Amino acid sequence: MSSSPSVIVVGAGVVGSACAEALAEAGCRVSVLDAAFPGAGVTGAAMGHLVVMDDSDAQFALTSYSRHLWSERATTLPPELEDEACGTLWVAVDDEEMAHVHKKAAYYSERGEPVEVLDSHTLRQAEPQLRAGLVGALRVPDDRVVYPPAAARHFLERARARGAAVESGAHVEELAPGRVRCAGGWREADLVVNAAGPEAPRLTPGLPIVPRKGHLVITDRYPGFLHHQVVELGYLKSAHTLTRESVAMNVQPRKTGQLLVGSSRELVGWDASLNRALLSRMLRRAAEFIPGLPRLDALRTWTGFRPATPDKLPLVGMWEKGLWIAAGHEGLGVTTAPGTARLLADLVLGRAPAIDPTPFDPRRSLPAHG
Amino acid sequence: MAERVRFTVDGRPAEAEAGVSLLAALWNDGVCAVRRSVSGEARGPLCGMGSCFECRVTLDGQPHVRSCLTPVRDGMSVMLRAASPPAPALADASVAPGTGEERLQAEVVVVGGGPAGLAGAVHAAEAGARTLLVDTHPRPGGQIWRHRKDPPAAASDWIARFARARVTPLVGTTVVDAADRQLLLDHEGRPRRVRFDRLVLATGARERFLPFPGWTLPGVVGVGGAQAMLKAGARFSGKRVVVAGSGPLLLAVAAALAKEGARIVGVAEQAPLGRLAAFGGGLWRSPRKIAEGLGYGARLVGVPYRAGAWVREVEEEAGVLRATLTDGRRSWSWDCDVLACGYGLVPNLELPRLLGCETAAERVVLGAAQQTSVPGIFAAGELGGVAGVDHALVPGAIAGLAAAGREVPAGLVRERDRELAFGARLSRAFELRDELRRLARPDTPVCRCEDVVHGHFQALSSSREAKLATRAGMGPCQGRVCGPALGFVHGWPEGTTRPPLAPTPLGVLVGGPGDARDPGGVSGEL
Repeated sequence: MSSSPSVIVVGAGVVGSACAEALAEAGCRVSVLDAAFPGAGVTGAAMGHLVVMDDSDAQFALTSYSRHLWSERATTLPPELEDEACGTLWVAVDDEEMAHVHKKAAYYSERGEPVEVLDSHTLRQAEPQLRAGLVGALRVPDDRVVYPPAAARHFLERARARGAAVESGAHVEELAPGRVRCAGGWREADLVVNAAGPEAPRLTPGLPIVPRKGHLVITDRYPGFLHHQVVELGYLKSAHTLTRESVAMNVQPRKTGQLLVGSSRELVGWDASLNRALLSRMLRRAAEFIPGLPRLDALRTWTGFRPATPDKLPLVGMWEKGLWIAAGHEGLGVTTAPGTARLLADLVLGRAPAIDPTPFDPRRSLPAHG
Repeated sequence: MAERVRFTVDGRPAEAEAGVSLLAALWNDGVCAVRRSVSGEARGPLCGMGSCFECRVTLDGQPHVRSCLTPVRDGMSVMLRAASPPAPALADASVAPGTGEERLQAEVVVVGGGPAGLAGAVHAAEAGARTLLVDTHPRPGGQIWRHRKDPPAAASDWIARFARARVTPLVGTTVVDAADRQLLLDHEGRPRRVRFDRLVLATGARERFLPFPGWTLPGVVGVGGAQAMLKAGARFSGKRVVVAGSGPLLLAVAAALAKEGARIVGVAEQAPLGRLAAFGGGLWRSPRKIAEGLGYGARLVGVPYRAGAWVREVEEEAGVLRATLTDGRRSWSWDCDVLACGYGLVPNLELPRLLGCETAAERVVLGAAQQTSVPGIFAAGELGGVAGVDHALVPGAIAGLAAAGREVPAGLVRERDRELAFGARLSRAFELRDELRRLARPDTPVCRCEDVVHGHFQALSSSREAKLATRAGMGPCQGRVCGPALGFVHGWPEGTTRPPLAPTPLGVLVGGPGDARDPGGVSGEL
């Protein structure tokens, strides 16, 4: 293989688009195929919270690396990305969760991630709409928010400027090392990157990814209602149980003044219909933390499918010669897209990656789902 | 003299006649530009009937209130042009606990209180079915019979018959979600849940708007919009009005405005004279004959009427609107205070679509007894094809009888089929011309909620892609204005419908505010 191979990226979600950008920047001849259009799948349904998470050392390494990549390019992002450095508040409801706040604070600080511990009083000052009586919170000031489909389009725009070809409405029927079948014809390249998110296992059987459904609600514009993305620490419990149906308070102020209200997780296959009972529980949970929320007008509800892996880490790396994977990012695809892209490009080109790639090796041994 | 109410506008005292809408009160007070758009443009009312969300104001501290749907009341404090309206005050921010949802049940539930819905509800109730009627507006009658004074005899008759028919009216109530034989309703910010055995959908239609340069200027309203505002108490006397667009409503509204003292500068119908003549059975050989044929001749003596002509652009200068019109060969200008421009009607298909009813070509697919593709759900009125005022009663009656389990008389079916044939001829006569697809310039706003301009839609290929790429259709009207426009201009079918069907307090979607001990219980079914 030459130092700048030709690459077909399958999937123009935020991850595939970022990979296309990184590979094109590295001199690869890139073509991107998407069955619908850029950001049409899980990216279009996502919240766009750029958040450093510490479920595992590897997760911290990737999210921290990637969110820093986002921060570095913040000044160059076009306005439609609605980028905002609002920070995250991890809210504790009791002393047990507050102990978790302190533990989390120490973990982040040791790794150079700025954080601030808020007590009950300073939390109220920071977010007056939160109910009284919360014990405190961890503030991660450098976390951000972007508008995910615009992020995918932005990455593709930059990839195009470096010679990449992007094709919408190109449904890939079959995928093999170095080639894909699309509209009945085979297209060839030195290597293929499967970045089809929750659809990735359809094209590469054996990938340990299942669709994990979520609900979101967006409100009308209420600028200044919230200042941070506010997440309950219980979110970690919700996010970390892979089988149960769960809800957690996760509310995001958008640059438009709108609020994005989540979150729910359930494993129901590809049933995209609204689960009204779960939606109700989710909103109720959010209202328990933010009593003024029920008065705000909701404009729209929707569902989406996170591509979930058994160990909550994405699959990034070579599957077999000529076939690479960048998928399985669960709810962290937007956060980790630039980091994933850089990692993948480094591995493809034989450069030394900035973070240890082994935890993300798609061929790592994984427990079964569920 | 009618009773007066006092209110304030940006702190300044104002007065209005009691009983008019807040929008009419503002309009009569000289306020046309009621809000600032997200990019800072001044905006005034467009549809006058709750669909377009251009008349939003901050009312008593509550942002995003549609002034057209709100009756003016003594002591109201209205704030205009708040590009960033304040969040609701914390003190009154939470819904009072213990105000749980109301649950209701009926054999037949009718959604929509216009002629079709009234006829459906009356027939179902008279046939013995326990019947309930839901309507967003405070009084039944629909857009067409929403008269503050002097309603037509047919309206009074039907409203009186409705009152006798023992139908339970749920007015001032909006359907926001539907599933599994249940409707979730928003009644003044409180949830109500209605279980039905059979459902009659009569959600009516809204006006179709097409983007052209200047169409977002305050003073440019819909044709139906002007009519709705007039019925809600807005005064047009002394105003110079141009009426343009398409459909039989143009002359009706021009005549109604003239009756109220407006000076009609001219009427421009985009359909060519030849097609109108054919529609009039060959009798409508001149614009004059058309006005006479429709019964508006007397009111519109001396008013220029141009068939085959449309507004190409409107500009504002020193408070005067200058509409540039064309017939494809030559152009001319009409100066006015108000340009009323609308391109016929679009059925409100959101609720039928959410319920899974099959739709095709901007209508619900219906069987002989007005049944939809979903068992137990019927539809009537504009949902079955836009035909006009009196043509909704018969299908409404059929739907009501069928929903009550009664045989439908063959005579009614024949009458309905004649109405449908008339509707089809009407659609052909007023079919929109191709030139109207090319009026917008790259900088012309198309999505008025999110200020997305025409140029942003190039290189996109569907309404969903447009939505995700540009935010078009993501605002409070949820594509009710730009959706049909994008459909006409680009040929894109409208995207999927998701609840809530109208902006709704989150507390209503929760299904019953404040009770955290009952996680999910009440909403297990919907």
